[in-house]
Amino acid sequence: MTAIVLDRVDDKKRRFLIVTTTAVSAAAAGAVAVPFLASWFPSAKALAAGAPVQLDVSRLEPGQQVTLEWRGKPVWVLRRTPEMLAQLEKNDALLADPASKSAKQPDYVKGAARSIKPEVFVAVGVCTHLGCSPTLKKEVGAASDMGKDWPGGYYCPCHNSRFDLSGRVFNGSPAPTNLDVPPHRYAENVVIVGEDAKGA
Amino acid sequence: MAVLNKPPVTGAGRFNGIITWVDQRFPLISLYKSQMSEYYAAKNFNVWYYFGSLALLVLVIQIVSGIFLTMNYKPGAETAFASVEYIMRDVPGGWLIRYIHSTGASAFFIIVYLHMCRGIMYGSYRKPRELTWIFGVLIYLCLMAEAFFGYLLPWGQMSFWGAQVIINLFATIPVIGEDLAVWIRGDYNVSDATLNRFFALHVIAIPMALLGLVAAHLMALHETGSNNPDGVEIYETMDPKTGTPKDGIPFHPYYTVKDLVGVAVFLIAFSAIVFFAPELGGYFLEYNNFVPADPLTTPAHIAPVWYFTPFYAMLRAIPSFFNMQVWGVIVMGAAVMILFALPWLDRGQVKSIRYRGPLYRGFFAAFIVSFLILGYLGVVPTSVWGEFPKGVPIVGGDYVATWAARVLTTVYFAFFVLMPWYTAVDKEKPVPSRVTY
Repeated sequence: MTAIVLDRVDDKKRRFLIVTTTAVSAAAAGAVAVPFLASWFPSAKALAAGAPVQLDVSRLEPGQQVTLEWRGKPVWVLRRTPEMLAQLEKNDALLADPASKSAKQPDYVKGAARSIKPEVFVAVGVCTHLGCSPTLKKEVGAASDMGKDWPGGYYCPCHNSRFDLSGRVFNGSPAPTNLDVPPHRYAENVVIVGEDAKGA
Repeated sequence: MAVLNKPPVTGAGRFNGIITWVDQRFPLISLYKSQMSEYYAAKNFNVWYYFGSLALLVLVIQIVSGIFLTMNYKPGAETAFASVEYIMRDVPGGWLIRYIHSTGASAFFIIVYLHMCRGIMYGSYRKPRELTWIFGVLIYLCLMAEAFFGYLLPWGQMSFWGAQVIINLFATIPVIGEDLAVWIRGDYNVSDATLNRFFALHVIAIPMALLGLVAAHLMALHETGSNNPDGVEIYETMDPKTGTPKDGIPFHPYYTVKDLVGVAVFLIAFSAIVFFAPELGGYFLEYNNFVPADPLTTPAHIAPVWYFTPFYAMLRAIPSFFNMQVWGVIVMGAAVMILFALPWLDRGQVKSIRYRGPLYRGFFAAFIVSFLILGYLGVVPTSVWGEFPKGVPIVGGDYVATWAARVLTTVYFAFFVLMPWYTAVDKEKPVPSRVTY
């Protein structure tokens, strides 16, 4: 048995032990924080409610619109006729932002149609003014109750905002921007709302 | 044994025994002396010096009324609004407790803004009190977080849309913004998950941080001693006979009793609001918040509660550059964060505004005026002052109020950014060696 010499301190070893103990403890504390921070992400229930929704667009008649619910908001899927698409090109002079420069929309929807497939228009059905949901007024002219010059579009009953069939806001409406287009993509004829198109 | 070394307490009559027993196990007497009866403060404190103790009083009011509110409040998107109505209508005295809490929130900010104004005017942030100031700014930050989280809890329209707008500020951060906003909300929209976590933060996390910071603020203050309206260091002129500052008086009983007068005056005003105008014309409780939260309908005019409006006005005034909206958020954040730098921006030789030169006084006055007008502009719609005529260059067609807010934001920042220059060249007056009154 050798006696323990108390007054001989190995400073190098002591410093090594202090540094390693502190470092390992800090790493452990950091690791323990992960599940706590992760608990702030949407729960499985919220994720399920926010999951992408889909619709087979080949089942839509020309001119027919279906409303899906995605993340608690209405999402419209409208199958436009060739006449409707032709009219869109003529609307520019009436529109506040015909090129959708300030609109919230993915990069892969462009031009007057604001869609991936020109005939299928997908948009968040919430007025960009104060969040009411506009109504579809697809008839042209007097048949729409919107006056004889009405080119077809959407009408918000809350504050008279008017949009064309690409969700672009007409001049003189209180809504500041065009309707939002949500991220969406196609798998064959099925539109999947809530997932971005590839290569976007 | 330390117990035997400590002399017995005298002068407390029949309580000498029990106090001695405690004092030999806990630093009771030394704490009392160092923090109260032998903590010397300058004898020339004026009315501005009430707000520190009043802030402490309001903190206690908020904690006590808050504890009682949680006994009947039920967090949750389905239950929150109804439980607040239940407190207001069915719980005996519930309306009073709630109005005390809601009025207390605004009172807290009034007092803290005046307290900060005092600190700036008399140079209380200057060496050696930089840490007291920094703890104070941290308290202010916590207070803003506390108010923001608490405002969601009644789950009214302004609760919902206010939180929506503020959380969406984080979404403007490039790249990570959208995910960060989802993380804060715990959902794709402000929802039940958001409400519950805000409740946890409001009743536990932030109040604990606040209490810790208040303790640190007071400990730092009592380490350096209080400043005074002359910015004179009272410990530099000691009375050789007593060994205490010639211009100092013990905090207790002199300032404790004086502060009680302030408490009485404050409580008169506070009660008048609680009993006669708890909504204060929509400024303390916004009318839209008496409508339950509705994620599908945005109120026509969203404004934060008055104490955030100077910063909100800055946010609204900053246009988007390079297709990014984050600049307004950065300016708003910087407007608060720049307070931390204050002790190092000031190059003046004097602390108090009493001995500052005309340059400082001008910048200080402009700063106060800009803060007040920005506060007003944050409450009203941008269209309040109309538009510039279309023919005017640069500003033609823009809202007058938007440009006013831009100018005032510049003035606000000029007070801080130009401070190293104007405090260094200013014509200051000589500071007396003793306090004046």
